[in-house]
Amino acid sequence: MKIDSEYRELAWQGLWKNNPGLVQLLGLCPLLAVTSTVVNALGLGIATMFVLICSNVAVSGVRNWVPKEIRIPIFVLIIAAFVTCVQLLMNAYTYDLYQSLGIFLPLIVTNCAIIGRAEAYASKNPMLQASFDGLMMGLGFLLVLVVLGGIREILGQGTLFDGANLLLGSWATELRVEVYKLDSQFLLAILPPGAFIAMGFLIAGKNVIDNKIAQAKPKQLEQAIERVRVNFES
Amino acid sequence: MSALAPAINKNALILMLFAVVCTATVGLVHLMTKDNIELQAQQQLIRQLNQTIDENRHDNEMFRDCIIAPINNDGLKIDVIYRARMNNLAIAAAIKTAAPDGYNGNIELLIAINNDGSVSGVRTLLHKETPGLGDKIELRKSDWITKFAGKKVHDENDNRWAVIKDGGMFDQFTGATITPRAVVKTVRKTVDYFKANQEVIFNTESNCGAKS
Repeated sequence: MKIDSEYRELAWQGLWKNNPGLVQLLGLCPLLAVTSTVVNALGLGIATMFVLICSNVAVSGVRNWVPKEIRIPIFVLIIAAFVTCVQLLMNAYTYDLYQSLGIFLPLIVTNCAIIGRAEAYASKNPMLQASFDGLMMGLGFLLVLVVLGGIREILGQGTLFDGANLLLGSWATELRVEVYKLDSQFLLAILPPGAFIAMGFLIAGKNVIDNKIAQAKPKQLEQAIERVRVNFES
Repeated sequence: MSALAPAINKNALILMLFAVVCTATVGLVHLMTKDNIELQAQQQLIRQLNQTIDENRHDNEMFRDCIIAPINNDGLKIDVIYRARMNNLAIAAAIKTAAPDGYNGNIELLIAINNDGSVSGVRTLLHKETPGLGDKIELRKSDWITKFAGKKVHDENDNRWAVIKDGGMFDQFTGATITPRAVVKTVRKTVDYFKANQEVIFNTESNCGAKS
């Protein structure tokens, strides 16, 4: 029972309350840069999630052998090794996607969400919970990426899942949905400023929902409106 | 030796151990994926070549029959030239080059030219033009780049080789004239280069070092 509630709490933290994209605002660089289409967002999201799970498991696995003084360089080593492996694997098996994600793959190394989770959670908890935490945090990040990618793709070029074949193979060309026809693309949505604006609306939307929830349960008001920032300890 | 020495030694040892293990892992994955990555790059090249020169028109392996550009003239950034042959007769050449004057740096192009001097096909390989404006030079955004196929340069004063705005025959894009202008200019120059050096291009021994 206790374990069960722990997993539920981890899922809640990763997906909503302490979402790395919307609340911790970690990893903004790839978040804003690659979300011009759903497929790019999905590709980077999955890669990040994979690295996050692997690094959490590895960090958790070695946590008893790593002296406190040198934990950060070791975490960085582990994360960098996983990212390089993911990069090589994507280069070998999803070549086109690898080319369209370009420099943002190596940038996963600098995604603070990953080292943040390693330091805050994985280095203090057993492997199973750490892997679940990685999964949930990664999923939370992935969802934000995909939603942002969806908004920008619809506004920018009027399509959804454009280029899905890069990720899933040629059959996925049929996944492409043309929501409406645009003669010329809506540039603002495609360029980085559009990402910032859309991101702002997403965060605002989350805050509105949180406030609604808080108002619905006046008794727990104090807890619910507590602004959770980079809250590593929880 | 200070009292700290044992702790420092121990930490250094652990750090080294992790470095070795991590590097070994990366090395292993590299060994596993190396061949596949090379294959992917090769297939990508073959796909691109086939897009500009129909694969039924030649019977040689173009990506292996290639030369490093022998002569670079007036600002052309020619990289590699792939030759298409049928029964050892020269059919066409695909020239990998770059337009230096794009809106945002080089635009890498693959320009295929038939033996008679007409353009067989052009594709954009790599560019940093503005998304939504200049990126219509990509085939997946617009068919503009296919309009080069079959075009010829008649003589030195052939002024149709320009965008419509400058009195030529190629469309410009709304909001982006510099990009198509750069591409048109480079394609034209490459055609001129090809015509002037046709002999050399087809008769030079393959030397680009593609592994067989």
